[in-house]
Amino acid sequence: MSVEASAAAVARRYPDIVVARGEASLVVDRGVLLEALTWLRDEPDLQMDFLSSITATHWPDRDPAFWLDYELRSMARHERLRVKVAATEDDPSVPSVTSLFPTADWHERETFDFYGITFDGHPDLRRILLPADWDGFPLRKDQPLGGVPTWFRGATMPPIDERGMA
Amino acid sequence: MSTRRDLPGALYDPAGDIAEDLRDPATGEFRQETMIINMGPQHPSTHGVLRLLLELDGETVIRCKPVIGYLHTGIEKNVEYRTWVQGVTFVTRADYVAPFFNELAYCMAVERLLGVDVPERAQVIRVLVCELNRITSHLVALATGGLELGAVSVMLYGLRERELIMDIFEAITGLRMNHAYIRPGGVLMDLPEGSARKIRDLLDVLPRRIDEYETLLNDNPIWRERNVGVARLSAERCLELGVTGPPLRSAGVAADLRKDEPYSGYETYDFDIVTRAEGDAYARYRVRIDEMRESLRIAEQALHRLLEGPGPVMVEDPKVGWPVKLSVGPDGIGNDPAYLAHIMEDSMEALIHHFKMVTQGVDVPEGEVYTTVEAPRGELGMYVVSDGGHRPYRVKIRDPSFVNLQALPDVIEGYLVADIIPAIASIDPVMGGVDR
Repeated sequence: MSVEASAAAVARRYPDIVVARGEASLVVDRGVLLEALTWLRDEPDLQMDFLSSITATHWPDRDPAFWLDYELRSMARHERLRVKVAATEDDPSVPSVTSLFPTADWHERETFDFYGITFDGHPDLRRILLPADWDGFPLRKDQPLGGVPTWFRGATMPPIDERGMA
Repeated sequence: MSTRRDLPGALYDPAGDIAEDLRDPATGEFRQETMIINMGPQHPSTHGVLRLLLELDGETVIRCKPVIGYLHTGIEKNVEYRTWVQGVTFVTRADYVAPFFNELAYCMAVERLLGVDVPERAQVIRVLVCELNRITSHLVALATGGLELGAVSVMLYGLRERELIMDIFEAITGLRMNHAYIRPGGVLMDLPEGSARKIRDLLDVLPRRIDEYETLLNDNPIWRERNVGVARLSAERCLELGVTGPPLRSAGVAADLRKDEPYSGYETYDFDIVTRAEGDAYARYRVRIDEMRESLRIAEQALHRLLEGPGPVMVEDPKVGWPVKLSVGPDGIGNDPAYLAHIMEDSMEALIHHFKMVTQGVDVPEGEVYTTVEAPRGELGMYVVSDGGHRPYRVKIRDPSFVNLQALPDVIEGYLVADIIPAIASIDPVMGGVDR
């Protein structure tokens, strides 16, 4: 089955799906995320049974400000599908998918670490790559690159935009 | 007598209160009959800076909590502040043992966003360097894993052969690692004169050397004792935990993106997916050895194609392709004198074009893509988003080391402390990729 045919099969149940550059992207509401992923995983024609990656993007000037990105892969059919879920600036939370895909554990912790998005039902949601006492969520677009106080006394590091580069 | 100084601020502990988790949930106390020890973050067998909090009952690991992030360098954030071409120099530093794969996955993403096709010869060069890189990566896994189990000869042999390939990388790209050789639209430059000869010599010598490792290790009683049945992971558990690469193939699943979702023309090469059934550390060792042979097969075919004749190695479209020409001089790879003369003396337009492409580069159409390659450690994915500008809006590196490392508590809880070492070595995480 081609990507287009799979997308058409998905569209009968979840209509908000587009195919661009050979990749299918499905947008669902966060309320039906678990239901949608379960269906995509168990539907015999789709078998999206492997979760490759979870991440997010931040669009501070738009509403919703956050888009979660779930990259699914069918091990048997060698096909991929992207599922996207929106989260707002005021309530950046989505249900955790660790119950469906145990691999989501570290992916969701990383997304929380970088973006401050909370995953309801995650067994151990805490920072994973940054220090536990880190202030802020560094991959949000309003966080500067550099410009944070350094650990060395008397030293400062201006944001990269103010260093006359790139 | 020295007096104790009061230090300002809190003690720096990247793990935060993670040790608190090891309290007994029933009593809230640390259990007296077990011991909590810290392994790492600078333990030599952790392949970088991985820290494990272990609760031990005698020699048995009751619980294991991996603590990562010591090598976090903010690659994904940094890339958002660079041009699309500069991004290559950042992503190549993630998994520094397999830099070409990072570059390839990233460039494939940019190319898909741009909608450009890469010239045939550049595709072949990409395949060639990636397969040689797969061999160096597996050699590092074998060499460091051997060293940690006391097989120092294996370390010496593995790094010796790796050095042969690193010399070839240096001849082709100018650098031993962090090459930034694969660029959006092709590769930086064609193979310099004489490198085909070097690769030919390498392909002649390596099969015998791989035989030597097998003679040394396959039936070695100590090697078998330390690896057979250790760190076993079933196919089902691998897939639940997102584990790919040699650990998944050693559990009997013939999953290889070069076959499943071919890229860079892999469907035109003749090679096999290596699998084993046992799913233990020994099976992963055997899978890596056999994969090196398959990589040699592919490299042979790629070299054969390269000898058929010259061709472009960068897209012809001047609005996309990298304008700079390099050549090999007496002091190594550097600017091509003819190209410098062209932009500095002949053509003002060429100079303007050069300046604009190098400082600002291309505007990439708005959109999002997720590209994957079969890296030595498994599925390496790049989720790249463009908002239409000349910088990436978001680059997410799905590094196989990061995901595979999640399986570590699974394979060592309930086993002996000594099994941790072959367990980590057989999963083969590279912390630069884990922490990015």
